[in-house]
Amino acid sequence: MSKSNVFDLLGPIMVGPSSSHTAGAVRLGVMARKILGEEPVEGTIILHGSFAKTGKGHGTNLALVAGLLGMNPDDERIPDSLKIAQERGLNFSFKTGDLGDVHPNSVKFDLISKTKGQVQVTGSSVGGGTIVIQEINGFQVEIKGDYPTLVILHQDIPGVVAQVTLLLTTAQINIARMLVSREKRGAQALMVLETDQQIDEAVLGLLRKLPKINQALAIEPL
Amino acid sequence: MRAYEDWVIEAETKGLKISGVILQDQIEELEQSEEALMQRMSTNLKVMRESVAAGLIGERRSLSGLVGGDAVKVESYRKNGASLVGEVMSGAISKALAVAEINACMGKIVAAPTAGSCGVLPAVLLAVEESRQVSEKELLLALFTAAGLGMILAERASVSGAEGGCQAEIGSAAAMAAAAAVELAGGSPRQTADAAAIAMKSMLGLVCDPVGGLVEVPCVKRNATGATIALAAAEMALAGVKSAIPIDEVIDTMGEIGKQMPCSLKETAQGGLAVTPTGRRIRADFL
Repeated sequence: MSKSNVFDLLGPIMVGPSSSHTAGAVRLGVMARKILGEEPVEGTIILHGSFAKTGKGHGTNLALVAGLLGMNPDDERIPDSLKIAQERGLNFSFKTGDLGDVHPNSVKFDLISKTKGQVQVTGSSVGGGTIVIQEINGFQVEIKGDYPTLVILHQDIPGVVAQVTLLLTTAQINIARMLVSREKRGAQALMVLETDQQIDEAVLGLLRKLPKINQALAIEPL
Repeated sequence: MRAYEDWVIEAETKGLKISGVILQDQIEELEQSEEALMQRMSTNLKVMRESVAAGLIGERRSLSGLVGGDAVKVESYRKNGASLVGEVMSGAISKALAVAEINACMGKIVAAPTAGSCGVLPAVLLAVEESRQVSEKELLLALFTAAGLGMILAERASVSGAEGGCQAEIGSAAAMAAAAAVELAGGSPRQTADAAAIAMKSMLGLVCDPVGGLVEVPCVKRNATGATIALAAAEMALAGVKSAIPIDEVIDTMGEIGKQMPCSLKETAQGGLAVTPTGRRIRADFL
């Protein structure tokens, strides 16, 4: 595992019983919701490995849905999340599946929003409540939710990355980690920027207006 | 990769406790003041105390009905003067059971390093607090020492049962608690390392075999025995006993053993106690 801080090991404050299967699951749900950009109204949740096998005893299903509903790991309503989802008219179904060579505590969300937005997110709960998002819409990423994160879908042509980083420079936002990947040359590409400073609505609005940017999303840290 | 040994050397060189070194490191890493970090840790300590208190009331039972009420039994046994092992050990046992029971009942706890092992660290530190004069500040600093070792455990090996078995969870918690207890009791940085190593060495190979896939059996009681191992290790280190194998090598070994463990013994409920006749029956009843 890469570098951690003291509060990764002492904490989170959470509702039990399992930091990886309950708290980590809540956080994965929260991240998936943030990546979708709004509350999902419908979704399929595929559980892999240990998540699939011991999920019931750890309240994993309850926790994943609690996260999708926007709850935090210490929210005492977590045991009631499925009921609350039903009351809100949301429709989530669970399956087990083999997600390949991933951590034993992994899940793939396929979520649909009210405005017909759709997103597929794969993530893992790697212990002690910490999580990693590893795939967004088929693109490989590594987002832990410990920094403010910008996720930008764009066309893979010269200049797009430079325009984004220039805009961030003007806004005095420092980039801590950055990743670019693409489907194939010239097609859709993904930029993930983890920054030291928060990205406010104004900056996000400007980013969205840049040429060849299809989608831009700002995710607050967990 | 970082090593706990580096912190021991830095502490010895600068005349600091391990917590002092960790605090300096984290002030830089997290870009927060010492005050802010202590405040954050103080919130953790508060929830730890609350979970001990809640568990010692003993009214809750888990959904499966398998756990609840054991912390109260041990606490009463101790209070009635019958304790076999003495105040500190017995107090640690009842506290560990208390927090672990609250966790199993989907109550609020502090993962340290995980929820499955949440009883060990508070039990050990609060039992030490009951038996000698320690300040709130010293307790908070001891938590930084525990967390510092925790970082090394997570980075070099694992703190996840699904990856490393119970040695990664209760084992890690016991090592963290042993180091913290040594500091709290006035031991040296080197002694914290010896205590952690001794504790972890006693946990190597421990499997994660949760009955019914729940965090109840044998998890709750392993928190209690884990706490006692931490105390035994701390006692030896404080008396001057050294670990033959240094802590970082022990941690790497835990990681290696974890990789060699079959999946059936790593939090899948497909091996060990989970598949005993009683374990299977419990699972059938619960599901």
